[in-house]
Amino acid sequence: MDEMLTYGEDVNEVPMQVGGMSLFAELIMSLGTSTKTNDKLEALSNYFSVAGDKDKVWMIAIFSGRRPRRSVSAALLQLWCLELVNLPQWLFAECYLTVGDLAETISLLIPPEIMVPKEEQPLHYYIEQLIGIEKQSEEVKKQFVIDSWRQMNQQERFVFNKLITGNFRIGVSQQLMVNALSKVTELPAATVAHRISGNWDPVMTTFSALLHESNSDDSKPYPFYLAYAIEGEPAELGLPHEWQAEWKWDGIRGQIIKRNNELFVWSRGEELITEKFPEYHFLKDKLPDGIVMDGEIISGRQSDEGFVVLPFANLQTRIGRKNISKKQLQEAPVIFIAYDLLEYNHEDWREKTMQERRTQLEQIVADLQSSEVFLSPIIAFDMWAELAATRVTARLINSEGVMLKRKSSAYQVGRKRGDWWKWKIDPLTIDAVMIYAQKGSGRRSNLYTDYTFAVKDGDKLVPFTKAYSGLTDKEFGEVDYFVKRNSLEKFGPVRTVKPELIFEIAFEGIAASNRHKSGVALRFPRINRWRKDKKPDEINTLDDLKQMLEQYGK
Amino acid sequence: MALIQFTDKGLYCAEGNFYIDPWQPVDKAVITHAHSDHARWGSKSYLCHTFTKPLLQQRLGDGNYETLEWGQPVFINGVKVSLHPAGHIIGSSQIRVERNGDVWVVSGDYKTENDGISGEFEPVKCNTFITESTFGLPIYNWKKQADIFIDIQNWIKDCFEKNANAVIIAYSLGKAQRIIAPIAEVTSNIHAHGAVWNIFQTLKSSGFKFPDINRIDIDAPKEKYKNAVIIAPPSAEASLWMRRFTPFEVGVCSGWMQVRGNVRRRNIDAGFALSDHADWNGLLQAIEATEASKVFVTHGFQSAFSRYLNEKGIESAEVKTEYGNDEDAVEGN
Repeated sequence: MDEMLTYGEDVNEVPMQVGGMSLFAELIMSLGTSTKTNDKLEALSNYFSVAGDKDKVWMIAIFSGRRPRRSVSAALLQLWCLELVNLPQWLFAECYLTVGDLAETISLLIPPEIMVPKEEQPLHYYIEQLIGIEKQSEEVKKQFVIDSWRQMNQQERFVFNKLITGNFRIGVSQQLMVNALSKVTELPAATVAHRISGNWDPVMTTFSALLHESNSDDSKPYPFYLAYAIEGEPAELGLPHEWQAEWKWDGIRGQIIKRNNELFVWSRGEELITEKFPEYHFLKDKLPDGIVMDGEIISGRQSDEGFVVLPFANLQTRIGRKNISKKQLQEAPVIFIAYDLLEYNHEDWREKTMQERRTQLEQIVADLQSSEVFLSPIIAFDMWAELAATRVTARLINSEGVMLKRKSSAYQVGRKRGDWWKWKIDPLTIDAVMIYAQKGSGRRSNLYTDYTFAVKDGDKLVPFTKAYSGLTDKEFGEVDYFVKRNSLEKFGPVRTVKPELIFEIAFEGIAASNRHKSGVALRFPRINRWRKDKKPDEINTLDDLKQMLEQYGK
Repeated sequence: MALIQFTDKGLYCAEGNFYIDPWQPVDKAVITHAHSDHARWGSKSYLCHTFTKPLLQQRLGDGNYETLEWGQPVFINGVKVSLHPAGHIIGSSQIRVERNGDVWVVSGDYKTENDGISGEFEPVKCNTFITESTFGLPIYNWKKQADIFIDIQNWIKDCFEKNANAVIIAYSLGKAQRIIAPIAEVTSNIHAHGAVWNIFQTLKSSGFKFPDINRIDIDAPKEKYKNAVIIAPPSAEASLWMRRFTPFEVGVCSGWMQVRGNVRRRNIDAGFALSDHADWNGLLQAIEATEASKVFVTHGFQSAFSRYLNEKGIESAEVKTEYGNDEDAVEGN
């Protein structure tokens, strides 16, 4: 009997058509629901071992932010779906509110009855078709999208729609994908991470060219080394003299690269942003060739003591714009604070000690004699207590706290414990009352998890911030229960609720804003804790906020 | 005066002087089914289906319970009342109320797919239909029960392959009974949380047949649970109680699992959109089959669902009740 079974299994292992859309859809589903990193790694590795080469390349592209341009708008997808299922628009909107995701809403609304099963196509077929129809007429697009919907089951339809609409937020970090690729290709993770970074076109690149041949792309950045927040006391890290302390800056982490007389600026999000920062363009002539610097892109300007950093809100005016006006350049000047040297003289320096890298970096920055590029200042300290005292002054210079780096450390890949730690200052806090609630999206759809908070101004309540995170699932459940029973009014998806629940809101910074009723905009607001011990008349006031603005917002 | 009115105690038939699924104690309560949001404590007398009585006794203790068979009419103060299968759980019934040719049907909770144990939903013609709307949006279209069972069986096998126990979260009255047979096709190593086990005991004493399951013994050594299926109610999810089954994976049976966000939010390993409520098409078909000229929509997506009915030309209004706790993912859905 056992033998029979074995035989039967062998027969089943005759290769089926590999790399179809269903395989990809199953991967996405299992990644989306899996709660264990190991299971996700397993699912990814399996995919990379069985999927077709072209599909693998697209998989890497999609999960490293190289999705093709959007060729069909959300509005059209919605319209075609409604036509197909014959439902009113308002009902679609209701469904969307409950599901919290357009791609999923459409996938659920299309009933299985209209399916026209057809031979399965691979992932790359759909992506390449989507690229192909970008410039085509609306009729052609509609035909392709509707035909595709009909050929797919609900999961595949969801994934297909996601390919069109945007990011797969499925809890897979690029690091995890790198690890899976490393497992399958038997290459070191750092090598994989480096090879799949930079400028490459998924249409033209084969899987083996991407991973196995040394890639001669000059723009290629290195994977960033990221720090975890320190756990416990810094004294537990050992002797102070083994560590270098620097300020932690709140800008955009970036790499400046010069190779073959070309300059490239990359953000940590692996976006090539050279054109956005003309302040750096002189480096093309000034930097030695074959060099990669890691640092912070940040709004600031030269000063008598070196440089001053401006609030993050300034930098925000520069992000997301294609063309930078003269006015913006003047109002939100950008500097680069250099942290590290990853490549020098065309040589990978990441394995050298930080001390060696720093010494060379100091030389390079000094030679530039620039008013745009500065060394990250080292905070001198002999005792941990001394550093702790310096750290609390961080907010006065628009810094977020302190970075601790082991002097002997190599430049590693991704977020790692041990050699680099961030030691942020405690956030600013304010007690506020919840006045509006809205359902969340994605993981939190159908649950009221997005709240607006207000402070007191005499008898009035003035809304000043939203916050989406900081409560446990259980607490979200409790607040949701409260919202559903204490709604005063309904405006579309928003409910006004009885101003009864008090929360401590934490935030990293505060800036003046004329877009907000309260006159302030907060940086990284989140719920610190639920103040069940407080009553609505004990919350902070608008004056308290203004005082904070006066103290920290300049 | 309308045959059934919506009062702060519940659905009330003034001429018969009885309530249907009241949420406050009353003199006479007609009960659609034994779930706690429909069958509440404190009324002087209860009228329900024969299968519901032992469940009510277990839940509410001793009291004055009268029973009816499906289709067997009774007159209460001159109002004709009969029960008809609702397909929701064992004993669940729609309640038909007739007076001078005016017929109202209160659906309670119902599903239109025949699950093989709850009795097949019977479309009852009426003038006015009071329907639930727990899943009254067109995104809720269920897969066939048989297909979901295959998904559950495959998931259990996957768990066993990883040497993990499979913890299935299912409401103790309803889904637990539906999934037990397909689980027993995979393994006989089935254990149930006390709450689930108690319901099985009650149903078995009433003559229902189910595969054998073990009651979880709090003092048993951990090693007892290996490659086992554990059936637990939603209240046990993510509790310390579950720790003893480590390593384990969690699968949840609930209509809410239709939406990915709900699966992810609960941080579970698998979600099965298995529901004891009608899906969108089920609701529409049921309403059409009643040929009712007026439809009241209760607990669920009542405002969207009743607006849709109105636009389709079926006169409809939403009614606020205390069933199903608004749009929460209540036990039993």
